[in-house]
Amino acid sequence: MNNNKVIQVKSLTKMFGDFTAVDAITFDIEKGEIFGFLGANGAGKTTAMKMLIGISKPTSGEAKVAGFDVYKQTEDIKKNIGYMSQKFALYDDLTVKENITFFGGIYGLSRKKIKEKSEALIEELGLEKVANQLVGALPLGWKQKLSFSVSLIHDPKIVFLDEPTGGVDPITRRQFWEMIYKAAHQGTTVFVTTHYMDEAEYCDRVSIMVNGKIEALDTPKKLKEQFKAANMNDVFLKLARG
Amino acid sequence: MKTILYIIQKEFKQIFRNKGMLPIIFVLPLLQLVILSNAATFEVKNIKFGYIDNDHTSTSRALVEKFNASTYFDMLTDFQSKALASSAMLQGEVDVVLEIPLYFERDLQKEKYNDLGVTINAIDGAAAGVENVYVTQIIQHFNQHLKVDLLQVSDKQIQPINIDTIPLFWYNETLNYKTFMVPGILVLLVTMITLFLSGMNIVREKEIGTLEQINVTPIKKSQFIIGKLFPFWVVGMALLTIGLILAKLIFDVPMLGNLLLLYAYTSIYILVILGMGLFISNFTDTQQQAMFIAWFFVVIFILMSGLFTPIESMPKWAQMLTEFNPIKYFVEIIRMVMLKGSGFKDILPLALKTLAYAIVMNGLAVWSYKKTS
Repeated sequence: MNNNKVIQVKSLTKMFGDFTAVDAITFDIEKGEIFGFLGANGAGKTTAMKMLIGISKPTSGEAKVAGFDVYKQTEDIKKNIGYMSQKFALYDDLTVKENITFFGGIYGLSRKKIKEKSEALIEELGLEKVANQLVGALPLGWKQKLSFSVSLIHDPKIVFLDEPTGGVDPITRRQFWEMIYKAAHQGTTVFVTTHYMDEAEYCDRVSIMVNGKIEALDTPKKLKEQFKAANMNDVFLKLARG
Repeated sequence: MKTILYIIQKEFKQIFRNKGMLPIIFVLPLLQLVILSNAATFEVKNIKFGYIDNDHTSTSRALVEKFNASTYFDMLTDFQSKALASSAMLQGEVDVVLEIPLYFERDLQKEKYNDLGVTINAIDGAAAGVENVYVTQIIQHFNQHLKVDLLQVSDKQIQPINIDTIPLFWYNETLNYKTFMVPGILVLLVTMITLFLSGMNIVREKEIGTLEQINVTPIKKSQFIIGKLFPFWVVGMALLTIGLILAKLIFDVPMLGNLLLLYAYTSIYILVILGMGLFISNFTDTQQQAMFIAWFFVVIFILMSGLFTPIESMPKWAQMLTEFNPIKYFVEIIRMVMLKGSGFKDILPLALKTLAYAIVMNGLAVWSYKKTS
């Protein structure tokens, strides 16, 4: 086994009754890579991701995340990954600081470590003035950045981001991607789904899912060559329309 | 252990930060305690009484006067005919109608025997039963007196005619219904609040999506559940405390037994309810569903708890069902401890059953909570 491969997926399948949501997908992801996981709505992206983060049992196939099996070692996987869902999932009725403290505590960080992390994170995000305000009152863009930072609080090997920039303004999106680059630079593998094709261009490699299957997987550059398209948007349209 | 503290801290913050919820948790139940304890009484009072006096003699008037003197009957209406009385009862203007026949006095003196017609509105069967007893007692009493009077007139020795039972009411000597009801209603409130809160809590996190975020963390199921439920356990105990203080201050309910014993029992009892709430939470997707299911059980538990209707008078199968009713246990124990002064040994069998219930319920709750679907 190649130690550099932090995610290894082979013929991973998820069925809901007769419906095959994820149909035998296979791919590997290397350490420090930014992996773009694209696909139309309902293509099976979120379902695939849920299997990888250990909250949904696969129907068949194999997968290892951070070296742990998705069937038997889900709790070990959870120690090594961060996750940011489509739905904003911090507590609106807790303050910025309290949310950071809570999730730090859940991941078993020490009080001292939580304090350090919390201060660094608030400074980095420029949230000093609102640190003691309820998260519910923050603008969406700030919330998303905070959410991303919280998912990195325990220094995970891999972070899974499910449409992290949905509904966010272009400036915040740019800042968000700077944060993603920074995390990847520090060795965190980033697994990200998005509907913004300009964001797909930022990824090291991109996979495109259509009806539960991975129809294309390569660097954005090679995909554009392969599909003779000017940009990722055209690549996506060609594939998704079949 | 440390992880649990973080969850507990978070839950408490959320409870006390929710300005809409706080009064619902602490003020409404106590208001209910005060109102319900005064309103929910089994005593049948203020019975609307009517009579048809066909006799118009001093004896018949004396009989009516007996009813007039009773504190249970009021609004004495004199009906001119049976038809008028019947229509008044149909309108709900009168509950009990006494018909005194013609020659009542004469026959009573001559034959020592007479019939009285009593009509009772029995839509509320329980109340009708009680009214019947009142009416019978008053008439019997009157009859005895009448006979006694007659005997004295004929200068013979007084013989006891009827055997009278003299009831002795133990543990609640004055038959004060508030004494009886307040502890029971307190049980209901503690149960309802803790069940609703725990039932809705986790499902709420499902709704807002934070539960998924928790599920991708390495937190252990038991840590999460203990951390989640502990704050509601504290809320339950706090409610009991405030309730007991009100019971003493407002209703002067006797507290004969050891309150520590009551607290010890309650601490186990609340676990049953919290486990149940969590179990409901795990099987529902929205707070609305959870609320409906919780209400379903609460209504059954309350009506089959022995608080409003005695369990002994339920059919056998229903009595067996009440074995699964946690409220029944608590109502029994709180009355035993507060009104009878029962001790540890007296409540032990029920307490053990409750403990077993708590273990099963929480086992089910932890088992049914799945981090991976």
